[in-house]
Amino acid sequence: MNKILSSASETSAAEPGMADAVIDVTQPAKSRSGGFSHLVYVLRENPVTAFAFAMFGVLIFAAVFGPSIVPYDPLETNAASVLQPPSMAHWFGTDNLGRDVFSRVVVATRLDLVISVAAVALSFVIGSFLGAIAGYRGGWTDITLNRVLDTIMAFPLFVLAMGVVAALGNSVANIIYATAIINIPFYARLVRAEVNIRRNAGFTLAAKLSGNSDARILAFHIFPNALPPMMVQVSLNLGWAILNAAGLSFIGLGVRPPTPEWGIMVAEGANFIVSGEWWMALFPGLSLMIAVLTFNLMGDGLRDIVDPRRRT
Amino acid sequence: MAVRGTSVLTRIAQAIPVLFGVIVISFVLTRALPGDPAVQFAGIMATPETIEETRAKLGLDKPLPEQFVVYLGQLFQGDLGQSVSTGRPVLTELTSRLPASLELTLSALLLSCLVAVPLGVLAATRPGSWVDQICRLLVTMGVSLPTFFTGVMLIYIFYYLLGISPSPLGRLDFIYLDPPHVTGFFLIDAALVGDWETWFGAFKQLILPAVTLALFTLAPIARMTRAAMLSALSSDYIRTARAAGLGSGRILCGYAFRNALLPVVTTLGMVFSFVLGANVLVEKVFAWPGIGSYAVEALIVSDYAAVQGFVLAMAFLFVFLNLVIDLAYSLIDPRFGTSGK
Repeated sequence: MNKILSSASETSAAEPGMADAVIDVTQPAKSRSGGFSHLVYVLRENPVTAFAFAMFGVLIFAAVFGPSIVPYDPLETNAASVLQPPSMAHWFGTDNLGRDVFSRVVVATRLDLVISVAAVALSFVIGSFLGAIAGYRGGWTDITLNRVLDTIMAFPLFVLAMGVVAALGNSVANIIYATAIINIPFYARLVRAEVNIRRNAGFTLAAKLSGNSDARILAFHIFPNALPPMMVQVSLNLGWAILNAAGLSFIGLGVRPPTPEWGIMVAEGANFIVSGEWWMALFPGLSLMIAVLTFNLMGDGLRDIVDPRRRT
Repeated sequence: MAVRGTSVLTRIAQAIPVLFGVIVISFVLTRALPGDPAVQFAGIMATPETIEETRAKLGLDKPLPEQFVVYLGQLFQGDLGQSVSTGRPVLTELTSRLPASLELTLSALLLSCLVAVPLGVLAATRPGSWVDQICRLLVTMGVSLPTFFTGVMLIYIFYYLLGISPSPLGRLDFIYLDPPHVTGFFLIDAALVGDWETWFGAFKQLILPAVTLALFTLAPIARMTRAAMLSALSSDYIRTARAAGLGSGRILCGYAFRNALLPVVTTLGMVFSFVLGANVLVEKVFAWPGIGSYAVEALIVSDYAAVQGFVLAMAFLFVFLNLVIDLAYSLIDPRFGTSGK
C-alpha cells in the first residue's frame, strides 16, 4: 500500500524537474540543479501551485502516518459520548456510535488515496499500452481500439462504473477496476495521439535505421515524449477518481460500513443532517473536497509548466 | 439543403454502431463475466434446482453467440427482464421513473447554462477583473465539489437552519396530489391543468436538487464559454467588426458569441455524461423517485436485471443526447457538415 503511495509522490514531485530536463537536454551536467531552481522559480511564481503541492504533502503524510497519530481508535465505539458537536476532546465531534470523527477522517485518507492511485495507475498502464500500440501500428488495430473506446465513452462514466461493480461484485478491488476501466479511454487517446504524430518523425526513422526493434523504439524513443501531458492527465484524473470512488461508496458500493472512508461517512452523516448534526457529514465532505481540489490545482499547475499555451 | 440532409442522415447512421457496441458491452457485463448470472437471477434464497431452472429459463445453458441473439431479440421487444425485488418488468419501472429524472436533469442544466454562459462571457470580456476572478474561483471549486456533499450541505442550510425549503423527500410533499399524468414532468403537468398550488409545491421540491446538480455542471460550461469567447474576441473578424464601427453589443452577441457557441455546445455533450452520473447521487440524497435511486436500491439488493436495464437506458439516453447536440451544430453553424466529407 505505502509503496504505491510513495512511488506516486515521487513521480509527481519529480515531474517539474522532468519537464525541465526535456527543455535543456543540451546541458545534462547542470540539469539537476537547473531543474531544482526551475522548480523553485515555478512555485514562487505560482503560489497556488505551491499551495497544491504543500497540500499534497499533507495528504501523503496523513495517508502514511495517519493511523499512528490519531487520538482515538477510528473503529472504537463509545456509548457515553454519542453525537457530540466538535469540542476540544473531539475536534470534529463524534458520530452516532460515539466514534471520533477526526480520527476517522484522517485514517480514511489512506484508503481513499490507495483506491484512486491504484485505479489511475491501472488505467495509465493499460491505456498507455493500448494507445501506444494503436498509434504506432495504425490501420485495423487503431480503428478497432477507437471503436471500443468510443463505445466505453458512449456510457455516462459513473453509470458504467456502477454497472461494472454490479457485474463483478461489490468489493473495494472491483471499485478500483471499475474506476480504472472508465479512465482508460482518456489515457489511450492521449498516448495514441502523441505516438501517432511521432511515428514517422526523423528520430524514429533514425532509430529504425540503426536496427532497433519496434518494441524498443516505441518504449524508449517515442513513449517518453508522451509522458509530460500524461502527468497532467494523471493529476487531474486522481481528483476525479477520488470523487468517483467516494460516490460509489456513498451509494453503498465497495467499502463496507465500519471502515472509515469519506464517501461512506458523508452517507452516514446525511442521515443525521435533517436533525442538525452537521459535523458528521461536513468534515469528511470537506476533506474529500480538499483532496480533489489539491489534485485539480496540481494538474493545472503542471499543465502551466508542461504546456503553457493550453492555459485557460 | 440536400447536402445538409445527407449529413444529418450520416450522423444518425453513425450512432447505430455505437448503440450496437453499447448493447454488446451491456451483454458482456450481464453474461460473460466471472460469477454465475443464474445464481444472481435466481435470488438469494435459491436452491441448486431453482438455479438450474433459472439457467434453462434464461437460456444461459446455450452458447454465448446464441445467447446474444436471444438477448438482442428481447431488447427489440422492449424486454429488459424482471426486477427481482419488485417483481415488475424493468422497462415499466424505468419508463415510469424516467420523467422524474429528466425533469431534474433538464432543469439543472437549464439553470447552470443560464448562470454559466453569461458568467463566462462577462469573464472573457473583462479578463483579470473581479468577474474573471469569481469565474475562476467558481470553476475551480465547482469541479472539486462532490455533488452528494453539496446536496447534504444545502439541505442543512436551507432546510434545517433557515427552514425555507421543504423536507428533502421526493418530488412532491404528500399534502399535494400528483398532477394528472400527461408528460410526467410535474411542473408541466400542473401548469397544464392550471393547478398553481401544486406547481409551486413541485417547484419548491425541485429547487435544491436542481441547484446541487447545477453547481456541479457550472464549472465546465463557464470554463469553456470563457475560453471560447476569449479566442473568438481575439480573432480578425472581431477586429474588423470593431474597425467598421459596429456597436459592442452587436459584436459580442452577433459575432463573437455565435462563433463561441460551437465549442460550448460540444462541452455540453461531456457535461451530460457527468450530469447523468451525478444524477444518481443527487437522487439518493434527495430521495428523488427517478431512475437513479431505482438503480441504487436495486444495486443494494443485487437486483441484477434492474441495474443492467438502468445502465443500458442511461447509455441510450446519452447517445441520443449527443446525437441531438451534433444535429444542433448544423443549426448553430451552417458551415458545419457541409464541407469535408
